[in-house]
Amino acid sequence: MDEAKELERFDDKIEQEIRIEPKDWMPDDYRKMLIRQISQHAHSEIVGMLPEANWITRAPSLRRKATLLAKVQDEAGHGLYLYCAAETLNISREEMVDQLLSGRAKYSSIFNYPTLSWADIGAIGWLVDGAAIMNQVPLCRASYGPYARAMVRICKEESFHQRQGYEILLTLCRGSEEQKAMAQDALNRWWWPSLMMFGPNDDASSHTAQSMKWKIKRFSNDELRQKFVDVCKEQADILGITIPDPDLKWNEESGHYDFGKINWDEFWNVIKGNGPCNKERLQARIESHEEGAWVREAALAYAEKKKKSELVGSPSN
Amino acid sequence: MDSKPTNNAQNDLVDFTLFFADSSLIMGHRLSEWTGHGPMLEQDIAITNIALDLIGQARNFYQYAAELITNQKDKKITEDDLAYLRDAHEFKNLLITELPNEDWAKTIGKVFFFSTWQFYFYQKLIYSSDKQLAAIAEKSLKEVTYHVKWSSDWIIRLGDGTEESKKTIEKAIEDLWPYTGEMFVPADFEADVKNSVFVDVSSIKNDWLEKVNSVFKEGTLAVPGESWMQSGGKNGIHTEHLGYILAEMQFMQRAYPGLEW
Repeated sequence: MDEAKELERFDDKIEQEIRIEPKDWMPDDYRKMLIRQISQHAHSEIVGMLPEANWITRAPSLRRKATLLAKVQDEAGHGLYLYCAAETLNISREEMVDQLLSGRAKYSSIFNYPTLSWADIGAIGWLVDGAAIMNQVPLCRASYGPYARAMVRICKEESFHQRQGYEILLTLCRGSEEQKAMAQDALNRWWWPSLMMFGPNDDASSHTAQSMKWKIKRFSNDELRQKFVDVCKEQADILGITIPDPDLKWNEESGHYDFGKINWDEFWNVIKGNGPCNKERLQARIESHEEGAWVREAALAYAEKKKKSELVGSPSN
Repeated sequence: MDSKPTNNAQNDLVDFTLFFADSSLIMGHRLSEWTGHGPMLEQDIAITNIALDLIGQARNFYQYAAELITNQKDKKITEDDLAYLRDAHEFKNLLITELPNEDWAKTIGKVFFFSTWQFYFYQKLIYSSDKQLAAIAEKSLKEVTYHVKWSSDWIIRLGDGTEESKKTIEKAIEDLWPYTGEMFVPADFEADVKNSVFVDVSSIKNDWLEKVNSVFKEGTLAVPGESWMQSGGKNGIHTEHLGYILAEMQFMQRAYPGLEW
C-alpha cells in the first residue's frame, strides 16, 4: 500500500476511535509525538520518586512510612509500564534513559521543587497527583493502545494516592496550630507549580492542536487547568486552608472560578533548568545510573554464563 | 498461655518481641534509603518491597509489644511510641541491620545474612506457645522466604558475575561477617523466654551456616573462617550509626511531640 493510502486508513481509524496498535502503520510524527510524551511521562514518574523518597526516612509514624514507601514504589511501577509502552514504538529503555540523563528529554517540572516539610507529602498527593489525574484520565482513551492501557492502570493507583495525600493534609488541618500552619505553608508553595503542570496556555502550546487532532490529548491545557482549580478550591475549603491567590473568586457567569495570572517566567525558567532542584534531581539519577553500572554488568555477565552452560549442558540424550 | 506469667517473664517477653520489632524496623528503614536510587528500576522496586515487608513485620511485633506493655503498665502505649520515642540504648536490633548500605553488594550481603537468620528463627517461632508470636512468624515467613531467595540469587550473580562484582561482594562479606555472630548468641531475655514461649533455637546456627555454604558455593565464594564477632545490639550497645538513624527517623515525633499524623 502506498503511503497516502496508509495515511488515509490511519486517519480513518483515528476518526472512528479505533485504537492504533504497535504493528499498525502510523505517521512518523505520530510515533515521535508519542515517544516524546510517553517517555517524558515515564521519566516524570522516576524523577518524581525523589522528592517523595526524601521523606520516607522521616515519616512521622510507622503507618505513614509504610504508605509512603508503597506509594513511591507504585511510581516506580508506573515508570516501568510507561517505558514498556514506549518500547512498543521502537525505542529502547536505554535510549530513553540516556535522553533523560543527558538532559535531552524533559520530565515534569513540578519535581524540581523541594519537599521541605511532611505536609509537602500531603500536598504532592493532593495537588500534584490530582493534577496528574486530571491530565491522565482522558489519556485512558488515547488513540495509541499500549499508552491508553497503561494509563488505565496508572490512573487507578494515582487516584488512591491522591486520596492518601488529601487525608494527610486533613489530619494536619484537624491537628495542632503548628500542623495546620505546616499544611498552609505546603499549599502556598505547591499551588502555583501545580497549576503550571497543565503546561502553557493554549495559545502558547506548540503540540496541543496536533495532539488533539490525533486524539492523544482530548482536552486543552487551559480546559484541564480550569477544571482543576474548580475542584481544588472546594477541597481547600473543606481543609480550611487558603489558596494563595487573591484573584481567586467564583464567576457566576462562567460557572467557574476565576484565578490569577500564572508566573510563566518562572515556568520557563524551571523548564530551562533553573528550578530549585533541577541539578540535584538529575544528579541523583545520574549517580544511581553510574553507581549501578557494575551491578547491571554483573547481572548480564552471569546471565550469559548461565545461558552458555545450559547450552553446553543441554541434553542430547 | 496457661499460667499468668510473672512480671519478669512478662518483661522478657516484651524485650523478646521488641528485639524482632527493632531488628525488622531498622533493617527496613535502611533498605528504604535505596528507594528511588536502585541500580535498575526492577531492583528499586524489589528492594522497596522488601523494606515494606520488614516495616510491616516490625509493626506487627510493635503492636504486640505495645499491647503487652499497655496491659502491664495500665498506660496506653502505641507502636509509634515504641519506634519513635525510645533512645538508642533501648533498641535491641541486631547490629548488622544498622550498618550503612554503602553499595549494592554490601546491601545484598546484609539482606542475605539477616533474612536467612530470620527464616530459620521464624521457622522455630511458628511453634511457639505464644500464639501471637507464632502468628506473626507464620505471616512473616512467606515474605522472608522470598527475601532469602532474592538475596541468594544476587549473592550468586555478584559472586559469579564479573571480576569487579566478585571483588565487591567478597569485600562486603568480609566486612559483614563479624556481625553475624550475635544472631546466634542468646541474650538473657531470649534464654529466659526459652521455656515459656519459645522453642530451642540452638540448631539454627547450623542451618544458617549450611545455607550460607551452599549459596556461596554456587556463587564461587569462600565462606570466612572463625573470627572475632561483634556483639551488643540485643543489649542496647550499638554502633555509632544507630544514633543517626534515630535522629532522622524520630525527628518529627521529637520536634512535634504528642500529635496525630
